[in-house]
Amino acid sequence: MSNHRGQPAIETTGLVKTFGENRAVDGVDLVVPAGTVYGVLGPNGAGKTTTVRMLATLLRPDAGEARVFGLDVVGQAAAVRSRVSLTGQYASVDEDLTGMENLVLLARLLGHRKPAARERAASLLDAFGLTAAADRQVKAYSGGMRRRLDIAASIINTPDLLFLDEPTTGLDPRSRNQVWDIVRAVVAQGTTVLLTTQYLDEADQLAGRIAVIDTGRVIAEGTPGQLKSSVGSGSVHVRLRESHQRAEAQELLTRVLGASVQADADPVGLTARLMPGGQAGPAELASRALGELAAGGIVVDDFSLGQPSLDEVFLALTDRKNAAAGGTHPTDAKQEAVA
Amino acid sequence: MTTATSTSTTKDRPQDAEDTYTPTAESLQSVLAPGERPPRPSALSASLTFGWRSMLKIKHVPEQLFDVTVFPIMMTLMFTYLFGGALAGSTAEYLQYLLPGIMVMSVVMTTMYTGVAVNTDISKGIFDRFRTLPVWRPAAMVGYLLGDMLRYALASVVILVVGLILGYRPDGGVFGVTAAILLLIGFSFAFSWIWTMFGLLLRSEKSVMGVSMMVLFPLTFLSNILVEPETMPGWLQAFVDVSPVTHLVAAARGLMDGNTDTGEIGWVLVASAVLIAVFGTLTMRLYNRK
Repeated sequence: MSNHRGQPAIETTGLVKTFGENRAVDGVDLVVPAGTVYGVLGPNGAGKTTTVRMLATLLRPDAGEARVFGLDVVGQAAAVRSRVSLTGQYASVDEDLTGMENLVLLARLLGHRKPAARERAASLLDAFGLTAAADRQVKAYSGGMRRRLDIAASIINTPDLLFLDEPTTGLDPRSRNQVWDIVRAVVAQGTTVLLTTQYLDEADQLAGRIAVIDTGRVIAEGTPGQLKSSVGSGSVHVRLRESHQRAEAQELLTRVLGASVQADADPVGLTARLMPGGQAGPAELASRALGELAAGGIVVDDFSLGQPSLDEVFLALTDRKNAAAGGTHPTDAKQEAVA
Repeated sequence: MTTATSTSTTKDRPQDAEDTYTPTAESLQSVLAPGERPPRPSALSASLTFGWRSMLKIKHVPEQLFDVTVFPIMMTLMFTYLFGGALAGSTAEYLQYLLPGIMVMSVVMTTMYTGVAVNTDISKGIFDRFRTLPVWRPAAMVGYLLGDMLRYALASVVILVVGLILGYRPDGGVFGVTAAILLLIGFSFAFSWIWTMFGLLLRSEKSVMGVSMMVLFPLTFLSNILVEPETMPGWLQAFVDVSPVTHLVAAARGLMDGNTDTGEIGWVLVASAVLIAVFGTLTMRLYNRK
């Protein structure tokens, strides 16, 4: 438990892993501060799991360096293993055994004597709401219960760093919230959590910092707020009463907001993406725009002002990357905006 | 590309209905409080714990004992009555010759399930968990083999009992039979490292089975288990003479018949040591680099 303050929990430079022709991880640089939840966000196949597996000493990097609490994951793998725990993407528990047996087995492997192992297993099962299912085979557990057992198995010895690889993929909303509560409790106690996810709201909910990964590279990094403001300070959405006034309204909004305004699929809908950096805030700009619309005799039925979601951030970032790679993409206004 | 819906892949199970757990901060905090970390377990203790896991799996899935109970009985009956009259004049005569061999055949064939078990675990997440544990590295592998040694012992005893019922009488007595079974289990432990290697190397359970069959069929049939090698063509005799299975059968037969052949026993022990040295090393190399 020797967390030197200031020493990052994870530090990687130029991490590479190739499988045949495929560069699954292609030069990843990460710095994960200790004591936080760090989100690694990306679509399927982006290289999230491969990165985690290298950090958890399961895979050897082909190039680059990775240190966990200053320990090299290749040269000091055994020391790294004693400080980390991994909850993999697929339940890392034995389905043939009961919940109790799984935890006792792992507690014994971590050096607890039999009575202590049983005691520890029982209190974990209790805290994770699995006491009633303790003597059932894991096979018969629901997805959420299995995931909780999996996380319980990872904290038999409270680790300094916990890897959670897509902990809520495939879970129903209730189970997902349970996992979120557990993650918050784990980090509150002082453990650093590296969480991979393909759900943007999950990273937004839990993570202090996020790295967005696509095709093996980090394409953006920062706090959720920073990532959001990188694509704009929000969006204004209006619905008009009369569809024939839309062209006029679009022109007017473009002028007042100083932003690109797109016609929605809805024949009376318009969406404007506000850019940061102007003197006026988004709310001020929006109210000015509404005033102009009213003055121009355009009736607005519905109006909303929204923060950009991480989904928008993610799509904008991957769009920009595709554009940089020479691809043509229809939403060029967005690319320009985030460049 | 990505949408945040998580409903499509949710597996609904009946237990969901009673799953009304709400995590409470207090209970989570109490289990998360960093307790004292015990020292890491010894190599022996870690291996035995992994062996205990194999026992638990047998407890929960007893059907897996079919291959060490029903299969050996089948083999003994089949070969005794199929070949007995033709090869030795009578089934009683033949049983006397066959039984130690069929014991070796059944047990050696059973060893392939080690590879299958390793491979199955890899395809599930549990293997990753084991590999991130700070324990003696070969312990997980030794654990599989400890569980399997119990299976080998069970298969040997089953065959012995069937043999005794059919009229087999070992002149080597209790000591000879026990020594033969121990030698067989020891060799099978060593031999199984080939399968742990293939279990780690190959991509699917089916390919592990396939490779195992390809090795085990010739290795067990092309030996002195069913017939005396004297009637075989010269090139085949050459193969049979160097096969470790032949030496194992000769040693086991000697022990059970009461004329112990220390040369053959020595041969088997050396072969076992070599198997562990070569395939144990390769297995651990794969286990660490996977």
